[in-house]
Amino acid sequence: MPENTYKLPDERGHFGKFGGIFVAETLMPALEELRLAYEAALCDPAFRAEFEYELEHYVGRPSPIYHAKRWSELLGGAQIYLKREDLNHTGAHKINNCIGQALLARRMRKPRVIAETGAGQHGVATATVAARYGMECVVYMGSEDVKRQAANVYRMKLLGARVVPVESGSKTLKDALNEAMRDWVTNIADTFYIIGTVAGPHPYPMMVRDFQSVIGRECLEQMPALAGRQPDAVIACVGGGSNAMGIFYDYIPHGEVKLIGVEAAGHGLESGKHAASLTAGRPGVLHGNRTYLLQDDNGQIIETHSISAGLDYPGVGPEHAWLKDSGRAEYVTITDAEALAGFHALCKYEGIIPALESSHALAYAAKLAPTLGKDKVLLVNLSGRGDKDMHTVAEKSGIQF
Amino acid sequence: MSRIASKFAHLQAQSRKALIPFITAGDPEPGQTVPLMQALVAGGADIIELGVPFSDPMADGPTIQRASERALAYGISLRIVLGMVREFRKHDADTPVVLMGYANPVEAYGVEAFARDAKAAGVDGALIVDYPPEECAEFAATLKAAGLDPIFLLAPTSVEARYAEVGAMGSGYIYYVSLKGVTGSAAIDLDEVARRIPAIREKVGLPVGVGFGVRDAATAARIAAVADAVVIGSRIIEIIEQSPPGEAPARVGEFLRGVRVAMDAKG
Ligand SMILES: Cc1ncc(COP(=O)(O)O)c(C=O)c1O
Repeated sequence: MPENTYKLPDERGHFGKFGGIFVAETLMPALEELRLAYEAALCDPAFRAEFEYELEHYVGRPSPIYHAKRWSELLGGAQIYLKREDLNHTGAHKINNCIGQALLARRMRKPRVIAETGAGQHGVATATVAARYGMECVVYMGSEDVKRQAANVYRMKLLGARVVPVESGSKTLKDALNEAMRDWVTNIADTFYIIGTVAGPHPYPMMVRDFQSVIGRECLEQMPALAGRQPDAVIACVGGGSNAMGIFYDYIPHGEVKLIGVEAAGHGLESGKHAASLTAGRPGVLHGNRTYLLQDDNGQIIETHSISAGLDYPGVGPEHAWLKDSGRAEYVTITDAEALAGFHALCKYEGIIPALESSHALAYAAKLAPTLGKDKVLLVNLSGRGDKDMHTVAEKSGIQF
Repeated sequence: MSRIASKFAHLQAQSRKALIPFITAGDPEPGQTVPLMQALVAGGADIIELGVPFSDPMADGPTIQRASERALAYGISLRIVLGMVREFRKHDADTPVVLMGYANPVEAYGVEAFARDAKAAGVDGALIVDYPPEECAEFAATLKAAGLDPIFLLAPTSVEARYAEVGAMGSGYIYYVSLKGVTGSAAIDLDEVARRIPAIREKVGLPVGVGFGVRDAATAARIAAVADAVVIGSRIIEIIEQSPPGEAPARVGEFLRGVRVAMDAKG
């Protein structure tokens, strides 16, 4: 097996021209403290051992890979395998990262954790680990999202978190992230900011990727045992990009494995109502890093749309920007309607209710599979389960609870 | 000598300190920005910091966020802000104007084009909040080449090694953020400010302005006793917010006059 020769980011968090640290001076020392603490933790076998213990016993890892035979058969082409992150505790990949960061917070003696959340999945995962480790937890959530995601708001409260509705800007995920940053800069001494995806200023994109890379590492071992070989392509949905980076990372040196990220095309790229930053955006600076952004001609960030709240973000992790420009990964889009069709197909043919985010990856696999021979193998990251999306899907079918 | 440097030299000769008010361009509505700038000068402003509105002002508290949102509702862009400065310059060749904002609108405009057009419009310096020195050597060089002062922040949390670094890259003045937090936060630690300023002034080699959390004349006067400049932002935005239509310039001017008197009495 080739040595992982891919060694990004650089010392200051750059993936080529992307990434970096674009924050006000008031945050610089906090990021430096975090970077040093993270580097020290990585060298500490006790930290790694505890992280692995928690992943096994609390999250339930390794997550299985499942061969979706019936669905593959129906599609009549490549074999589709699903990495079952939906079976994790709390129902998505988000918990992997939250455990890593919470353990780091404890090491740094920060008794208070904060987080931003859109749909509430990362908020729930953060509230969960805060309860698990006895930490105070505050979750920032756009007031629009608070209204749309009442069940997750209640979940967070059950777990002991305080949910703060954010009224500024578009009142959605990006504004929650702004507000969490403001809290952090004000309460640096006792507070750890748990960012939920591979975005933000260095070291966050690297650190979140590292914690999520357990996904791809497991696949690398599981695929030969299950399918007799590595997949021809790995497919994952991309919001901020953490589940995709998590499954891509260990495959980067395996040049024969295609890496495909699926962005949300919402009502269609031409409608302007979408969240496809890599496909339709331009490079710029937001939330502490340089990356592809959905912005207007004046450099103002524009509002995004996706049926899945978890993909509804105007930026994307800087490492994806790099993987796109370097050609190592390719990025495609799937509309709301296509994602819904993918969602229903998995329910119907495999008895698995996927998250709407993951349904974007599934829908692309369903497009690609029939164009390939039956001997080809696609590995899809099933990043989460769809329980949280019951309301959205029912509403689309004209059903009210 | 740049307009900012000669302003500080002039003030120093009179043993006075600079008063630097901040307003957001386009707030409360675009037609009032130039009158507000003129009222600030009439009220005793030495330099004006003019905020360029951004959709995601991560380093600002609620007050300046609201100002940004009001301005964006009028579609205020960087291009329009430069037009406002050009208009202001027609009647005021003396008061330096510093643009304060975030990186993305500047990058969308184009860094070279921004430096050239800002200079032509009569802008004197720029403070890009989310451009720390590590990420903007090229930007700072471009500004300097165009004859603009790149202005940087220092914070109570900044390590001393940082002072020389921003000193080497910045010009005009240094903006010392007097507290941990976002703009408009409440408490300001005056003792901390007094303790820090001499070291900063020595290592940076530029005048030091202090801001974030200055809300009244008494605080401004106490800061003026130890620093070279006092920056007041959120308090002014609040006055603008609370003014009946059309009265913001008069009210802001009156507030600033009170600050000026207090600063000069101490200074
Ligand atoms: C199940 C699931 N998948 C994917 C995402 C998108 O995030 P990322 O792109 O960081 O994996 C989310 C975000 O909430 C999610 O809940």
